[in-house]
Amino acid sequence: MMNASDSSKDWADGVHELFKTHQVDIVSFVPDGGLRRLIALCQADPGMHAVTLTTEQEGIALAAGAFLGGKRAALLMQSSGVGNCVNMLSLPRVCNMAFLSLITMRGEWGEFNPWQIPMGQSTPTVLEACGVFVYRVDTTEDVVPTVEAALLLAFQSRRRVAVLLSQKLLGAKNFARGDK
Amino acid sequence: MSMLHRRDVVRDLLRGRGDLVVVAGLGAPAYDVAACGDEALNFSLWGAMGGAAMVGLGLALAQPERNVLVLTGDGEMLMGLGSLATIATQHPPNLHIVVLDNERYGETGQQATHTSAGADLAAIALACGIPHVRTVRQADELVALQNDLYRRAGVSFAVVKILPEDLPRVLPPRDGAFLTQRLRAELIGAERALEG
Repeated sequence: MMNASDSSKDWADGVHELFKTHQVDIVSFVPDGGLRRLIALCQADPGMHAVTLTTEQEGIALAAGAFLGGKRAALLMQSSGVGNCVNMLSLPRVCNMAFLSLITMRGEWGEFNPWQIPMGQSTPTVLEACGVFVYRVDTTEDVVPTVEAALLLAFQSRRRVAVLLSQKLLGAKNFARGDK
Repeated sequence: MSMLHRRDVVRDLLRGRGDLVVVAGLGAPAYDVAACGDEALNFSLWGAMGGAAMVGLGLALAQPERNVLVLTGDGEMLMGLGSLATIATQHPPNLHIVVLDNERYGETGQQATHTSAGADLAAIALACGIPHVRTVRQADELVALQNDLYRRAGVSFAVVKILPEDLPRVLPPRDGAFLTQRLRAELIGAERALEG
């Protein structure tokens, strides 16, 4: 099975290109192994603001400010971060702002850490309860088309949209088995 | 104890504000800003507690030619302490944060906040790496603070210690979509404001 730390190499470049094509200039994140390459690409891009957050809800308020100022932002996080976002999601919702998040899933396919499972199980339900459209991706070839569809829905139809990158796609890390 | 009245402080800071963008944290700071007049360049939060400073960061990054002021309360700022560390890493030259610190949750019955027990928001901001930090207790210190807001010398952060007054509310508009479109139209033009 693919190691989680480098599993984004097959799609991260495509997503970074999409961000550039769709003028997503501000990318904020609380890191995850599955987002490693995409984060590195955004950090290395002089045309982007790559913003490391202390908690995921900061990224929602940041995206709201960017939208007010006429710029597009995206928030990258792990499924465990979704629980930190619930009240702040009221901001883009009540203000009818575009909002896009890419979320790497833990706590599902082959998960070895039971502490990840509660938010893994709750993530799509919590997001939908907060009025967020949820797209799920299970295969590498579907990542770029799904993120592009999400970009269009978010910024052209001005909706709140999350793309869940499944653990089946990313590969489950297993420290108990000796994965790095 | 400070003898500063919050409405006087905000009126002084916003006098001659020009094209300053103002994000107001929920509760009394939003009413203080509204008491100076409802403006297209105001964005007043009615919720999203803990998010005001980060909304300001997003605006500051998106509108680098504008000065952005976040005017919020001690309770709201305490809920978003991590954002001070995040803002310090980005250090936009045009972002200014002023915390009106009455050491109370004024909207919910004047319960004490952590600043009443000694939590020092200015020291926290400084320790996070924000370069220009001050604490204001006297009216004659407000001029220097006002000057900070219209410079572009890096993130500034100020705590203004104010009297714990329970004042009549002056309500800004509550429709978030209206506030959003009004500010976007002012910043990027009415036509572009309709796009994503």
